[in-house]
Amino acid sequence: MSTLYTWSAICAIVFASVVGDVLMSRAMKQVGDVGVLRKRLGIVAVVGRTLGNPNFLLGVAAMSVAFFSLLFALSWGDVSLVAPAAASLTFIGNAIAAKIFLHEKVDRRRWIAAVLVAAGVALLAG
Amino acid sequence: MNFRKYLILAGVTLFASTGDAMLSHGMKQTGSISIHHLQGVIFAVLNPWVAVGILLLLAFFATYTTALSWADLTYVLPATSLGYVILALVARFILHEHVSPMRWLGIALITGGVGFIAGGPEITTHPNEHNEHKDNGAARCAAGVGGVQS
Repeated sequence: MSTLYTWSAICAIVFASVVGDVLMSRAMKQVGDVGVLRKRLGIVAVVGRTLGNPNFLLGVAAMSVAFFSLLFALSWGDVSLVAPAAASLTFIGNAIAAKIFLHEKVDRRRWIAAVLVAAGVALLAG
Repeated sequence: MNFRKYLILAGVTLFASTGDAMLSHGMKQTGSISIHHLQGVIFAVLNPWVAVGILLLLAFFATYTTALSWADLTYVLPATSLGYVILALVARFILHEHVSPMRWLGIALITGGVGFIAGGPEITTHPNEHNEHKDNGAARCAAGVGGVQS
């Protein structure tokens, strides 16, 4: 029962994380380079601009779902299972989602990196 | 990529792994949360380990969003995956969980994967726009964003 709970929570983490990461990445690209903006407008304006971005708020909501799923999963399973298993699947999901929704050039180098990291993270879970 | 940006990526890595480790430790002290007793979540947040873990994850969040403002998602995620290596080391030496040879192999694979993207460009899309990656070098220079790393 505990295993089923743990993996259900892991699936919830993966889905919510991919949605959250894609929305957050889109939001921050809309906001612009935070380092450059901070020098030009000041930190308060940058924070205001970020918090006012609708994609950012939706991303935070999705990440909150992922976070609470993580809290549940961690109370049922080892951190050395839950964190790597969720992350491994999230890497693959994110590489696909980033190509489709963010139009990032996911070239051979990046696919190899994503697969190696996902495989490595999965082994850490084993 | 300049020194400040590498520092931000290092921050993402460290805050994420130490935050997760502290949450894990705290949640083990708190015990299982039942679907039928959701108020357990509130008591969990009062545990000092969980509270510090949450603070570290907030720091992770600040550095992570900063990194996403000048780098691709598919660059930031692998680049900061060394956090799982740190997490495994923390699990082994601080939480005293068992780390098998397969896990050490996993650590090697992650490190190799990070090596693959480390030499590539950190961004392939136009900041402030999503419809596309044709050439945006001039626009990015105008926007004051650093050039593609060779």
